[in-house]
Amino acid sequence: MTSHESGPLKRTPLFDVHVKAGARMVPFGGWEMPVQYTGIVEEHRAVRSAVGLFDISHMGEFEVEGPGALAVLQRLCTNDASTLTRGQVQYSLLCFPEGGIVDDLTLYRFDDVRYMLTVNASNIDKDWAWVTSNGAGATWRNMSADTALLAVQGPRAEGLVQRLADTDVVGVRYYHFTRGRVAGVPAVISRTGYTGEDGFELYTPAGEAERLWHALMEAGRSDGIQPIGLGARDTLRLEMKFALYGNDIDQTTNPLEAGLGWVVKPAKGDFIGRDAIEAMRAAGPPRKLVGFEMQERQVPRHGYRILAGGTPAGEVTSGSFSPSLERGVGMGYVRTDASAIGTELDVEIRGAGQRARVVRTPFYPSKAKKS
Amino acid sequence: MSKVPADLKYTKEHEWAKIDGDRARIGITAFAQEQLGDVVFVELPKVGAKVSSMKTFGVVESVKAVSDLFAPLTGEVVEVNAELPKKPEAVNSDPYGTGWMIVIKMSSPAEAAALLSAAQYEQLIAGGGAH
Repeated sequence: MTSHESGPLKRTPLFDVHVKAGARMVPFGGWEMPVQYTGIVEEHRAVRSAVGLFDISHMGEFEVEGPGALAVLQRLCTNDASTLTRGQVQYSLLCFPEGGIVDDLTLYRFDDVRYMLTVNASNIDKDWAWVTSNGAGATWRNMSADTALLAVQGPRAEGLVQRLADTDVVGVRYYHFTRGRVAGVPAVISRTGYTGEDGFELYTPAGEAERLWHALMEAGRSDGIQPIGLGARDTLRLEMKFALYGNDIDQTTNPLEAGLGWVVKPAKGDFIGRDAIEAMRAAGPPRKLVGFEMQERQVPRHGYRILAGGTPAGEVTSGSFSPSLERGVGMGYVRTDASAIGTELDVEIRGAGQRARVVRTPFYPSKAKKS
Repeated sequence: MSKVPADLKYTKEHEWAKIDGDRARIGITAFAQEQLGDVVFVELPKVGAKVSSMKTFGVVESVKAVSDLFAPLTGEVVEVNAELPKKPEAVNSDPYGTGWMIVIKMSSPAEAAALLSAAQYEQLIAGGGAH
């Protein structure tokens, strides 16, 4: 296995656990991560039908604190952080002044003056430089190296986490969190995820990760728990049409093109990128991120060309075989005139156009508890 | 460790060939399918197509990746496993049996001597011949 990343790869506190479990380790965003344990399709199905355990400790966590924290966040983030109550989580974006995306993140409100941002692993250094240089007026702490993050996802996640928790987690609503001990380990217990299933993300001190991992695997045995690699994490999120930074969104994509206008709140006041985003809103986005299904047994891949009516219309940003739909599905930016549901597209695969159709997304119905 | 049938010949690209007179049945090895993971798509040539030694004759795709298939030998395709594109998972479950891909009629049977023996192939994969 060769690495195309520069510099030594970083490892999460669970690296040895993955190797011992027989995972295939691959480079991802500067990290050496498990791509699969038993097989992507089997792991994908375990999450859809039972419960899966993910090590996503590579993700970054920044805390921001102080009387000025909310004002700082309102300037940095596109979503309206003032609507967050204590114990609530919000999906949000950091944007450049030109409207391109620095990163997407989840924002946690701990108390009146303390928040946490969870950012993409591959963007930790860039984001840290961005928030500290544009976020004066509050105290920033980069907790990434000290924090482990495990995701427990699937229809049996709630029962499993509740059995191990010393606090009520059943009552924690979607995009909310609580604090407690899980298997004796202190954790932020967050009802969030990247799979379209009900479940939790558990933030815990790095030194406790291994204990928590083994406790969940042990207690989840009767539920059919399986460790899940990044391969299935990718197919699970793709079935939800959740954007992956670096594939579907980056510094060249405007949130409105990406279908993320729902987390842009211009009415809250000024923020970095607002003028550019509002200019695009006024003019109308020239292209849109759509979800499409292949009509034959073909698999679309990142970078393949998309044609509409025989002329170039865009490019595939994420594509894979969908284990739930048992067919190829993908996302890509296409000219706005080719973005309507039902539009017939061709995806160029090894020189030949293969039929695809723009469909409603998510591709697979979300089971996350949105009540 | 994957089993390596003694009666087959192998390429360093992890295809196998079962030689029977001037014909050769071709597929990919157990080691190759383990490395690929779940196979979800197979594209094979048509009967009558010409294939050349160590040139691509088709494509196999797992959930994650696209891989070329390399012909171990030069010749003409005389049989294609028509079931395989409909059941690509046979490449995983039975790579030397129902996961076979094509049969060719060799135009230069002498090429077979250049292929790896089972012992040589075993050595290759023991040394981490994945790519």
